[in-house]
Amino acid sequence: MHEMGIAMQIVEIAIASIPGDLENARIDRVNLKVGKLAAVVPESLHFCFQIAVQDTPLHHADLHIEEIPVVARCADCHVQWTVREPVFKCGQCSSGSVEIISGRELDIISIEVVDEDTTDAD
Amino acid sequence: MPIDMYKTQRYYHHKDFRKHSHFHAGKGVATEGKKRGAREIKIVRKVLDVNDAIAQQNRDMFAEKDVFVVNVMSSPGSGKTAILEKTLSHIMQDVRSAVIVGDICTSNDADRLAVSGAPVVQVNTDAFGGDCHLAAHVIKTAVDNFNLDEIDLLIIENLGNLVCPAEFDMGENLRVVVLSVTEGEDKPLKYPLMFRVCHAALLNKIDLLPHLDYDRNAAVQNIHKVNPQMPIFEISAKTEEGFDSWIEWLMQKIHG
Repeated sequence: MHEMGIAMQIVEIAIASIPGDLENARIDRVNLKVGKLAAVVPESLHFCFQIAVQDTPLHHADLHIEEIPVVARCADCHVQWTVREPVFKCGQCSSGSVEIISGRELDIISIEVVDEDTTDAD
Repeated sequence: MPIDMYKTQRYYHHKDFRKHSHFHAGKGVATEGKKRGAREIKIVRKVLDVNDAIAQQNRDMFAEKDVFVVNVMSSPGSGKTAILEKTLSHIMQDVRSAVIVGDICTSNDADRLAVSGAPVVQVNTDAFGGDCHLAAHVIKTAVDNFNLDEIDLLIIENLGNLVCPAEFDMGENLRVVVLSVTEGEDKPLKYPLMFRVCHAALLNKIDLLPHLDYDRNAAVQNIHKVNPQMPIFEISAKTEEGFDSWIEWLMQKIHG
C-alpha cells in the first residue's frame, strides 16, 4: 500500500549512487531484493516505479526484483528451514523460539549505469 | 470482468518488450547480462534506511528522556481507540501519558482520547488517500508538541492497517497488535509480519462472543503459529473484562 513511497525512495537512492565522474549518466537497471515477508507487492512496486522514474536519469530503467524466501532458524536446536506457510514453530524440536534469517529484505543491491557521453547510441 | 482485464494487461505488457521491466524473479532475470556499456555499481542499501535512521534518533531521544513508547496497531474498527480510552483511565493516576494518533483524516479519535486528560496530538497523513502508516519522521515532528520531561509513557495509535505499519520502525519500545472477535480467526495467518513484529496481542470485543460463531481457540492457535511466544490478552474495551492482566503486563513493561 506504500509502494509509491518506496519507489520514490529507490529512485532517490539510485540517483545519489551515480558516481561523480559521470556527467551524463543514465541508469538502465536497478537490482532489488525483496523478502517474501516484506510488506511490498512486486507488481505494485513495478507500477509505481514506472511513474516515479519519469523525468529522472532512470526514465528508461528496468526494475529487477529478486524475491527472497523466508528462512527461519530455531534458537534452541539451530535447525534452519524455508518457511512456506506462516508457521514459525520448529518442526524438529517444537520450540517456539524462532528467528527469521531472511525474508524481510527490501534492499537495493546495485544499479547499472551508462554514461551517454561515452557510449554509442543504440 | 476484472480478472480478464488483468490477464489482458499482462499479455499486452509482455508484448511490449521495449518496456520490459516487469517482475520475472526466479525465471532467469538475475542471470540476464548487462546492457552494452553499462557499468554495475554495487550499493547494498536498505530502501527504508532513512526511516530506520530517524527511528534510531527517536529511540535515543526517548531513552534520554526516559519515555517508554508503545506502538498500537490493528485493522480498522478493531477497537484501538476504545482500548486506549480505557487503558488511559486505568493508568493516568500512576503514569504520565501522552498519545499520538494517526489517521488518514479527521480528529475524531484524538477528541475521544483527549477526554482522559492526556495530551494528544493528531497526525493526519493526508485528507485524500494519504499514507497508510506512521513513519519515524512523523513521530519526530509530532513529539515537538510535548514536553518529554513531563511524560513517562507515549502511546502511538497507528493507522488502521495490518500491512504497512509493521514495516516502519518509529523508535518505540513495545508493539501491540489488536485483533477483535468480529474479524476472521485467520487474520494472523494473513498478516504474519504484523504478528511477528509485535510483542503482545489484544483479542478485543470478547463481550460479543455469545452472539458470534467466532472460534477463539482457533484465533489463539493461529496467533501462536505465527508467534509461538506471544502473550495474548482477551479483553473487552466495553466491559473492561480482562483489563487487569493487560494493564499489569503493560505496567511491568513500562517499569522494566
